[in-house]
Amino acid sequence: MKLRTVLSAVAVLLLAAFLAEMAGLVPFGDPPSPAMDEWFLARAQEETGANNVVTSIVFDYRGFDTLGEACVLFTAVLGVALALRKRDRQSEIAPPADEEEA
Amino acid sequence: MTVLLENAPIAAAAAVFLLGVAMVLRERHLFRTLMGLSLVESAVNLLLVAIGYRHGGASPIYTLQTEEAAEKMVLPTVQALTLTSIVIGLATTAMLLAFAVTLHRTRGTLDIDELRSLRG
Amino acid sequence: MSKIVKTIAALLFPACLVFGAYVVLHGHLTPGGGFQGGAVMATAAALLLVAGIPLASKHEGRYHALEALGLGLFLFFAFVGLGAASGSFFFNALASHGFFGQAVAPGPNPGNLHTSGTIAWMNLAVGIEVLGGISVILYALREAARGEGDGKAEGDGK
Repeated sequence: MKLRTVLSAVAVLLLAAFLAEMAGLVPFGDPPSPAMDEWFLARAQEETGANNVVTSIVFDYRGFDTLGEACVLFTAVLGVALALRKRDRQSEIAPPADEEEA
Repeated sequence: MTVLLENAPIAAAAAVFLLGVAMVLRERHLFRTLMGLSLVESAVNLLLVAIGYRHGGASPIYTLQTEEAAEKMVLPTVQALTLTSIVIGLATTAMLLAFAVTLHRTRGTLDIDELRSLRG
Repeated sequence: MSKIVKTIAALLFPACLVFGAYVVLHGHLTPGGGFQGGAVMATAAALLLVAGIPLASKHEGRYHALEALGLGLFLFFAFVGLGAASGSFFFNALASHGFFGQAVAPGPNPGNLHTSGTIAWMNLAVGIEVLGGISVILYALREAARGEGDGKAEGDGK
């Protein structure tokens, strides 16, 4: 119990030191290489017809990302339904069987 | 210190990330571990949006935007990635919660020490 | 829940759905889109669930169907791009055809709903999918919590 607290504290402090060092690497408010985003901002309207550049990236330029994302969501929902539904059915079936045995 | 103040949102993301990691490492209840994981996800989202910000930039949407605001917009790609990250975070959190519920049904507890002692 | 909560929830339910549909339909013009609007619409389902309105539980199977339908529609509109001449997967082939097929004015503009082609259709598809998916998750977790309630008396954990 004590050991875990000490080890967690050491790990968190180490991470904090790394992150404090890294926080200075990317200047906030002045992204170092916005070339790709400038390209999207300049051309998104005529190429995709959407006023919202973020949406045009999500559904057009990076459509494959969104396809994977939708599949992940679908699979996760199926997983949740399966993990919770299956147990229901077992617990519904199990108790009468136990009573018969008893 | 001035670097941290100038990069306040990035430092905030780091702080939230550290809080999440500390929760994952320290908490004994599985549900709180999941809360720590969601904190880490939030930190990642915050970092992504903060990286794409430009001083004085407008949102990357042309509807009812002024001409001078349209000249300088914040970066849209990281925002699109954040959108993806949020949805995947939702999916994984739902999966983990479902597994936690399953665990609680089969073992009757979510305390990781008790779960460990029940094994074998 | 008390009658007051149920009444207010029933009143807010259509408003939530309409606002979610607005966010989905205007995804290509204003902040928002399929994912966000779908989440707002799923909030309406959560509202019924929290208020304990029994009507909600009957439609659980339909949310599964909604989710599958949404993913199918999304894939369909991705494949539509293959139909165009020199098109490819995810090509915006409907940018000049159909309901959302008008040309957009370059630069800042007041916004025209009938623009952006497949993007608007995909927003719709993803909105349907997220509405179904999140509702399924909510109902599954609710059912699980209900099962925990009568099984184990000594509250779950801490």
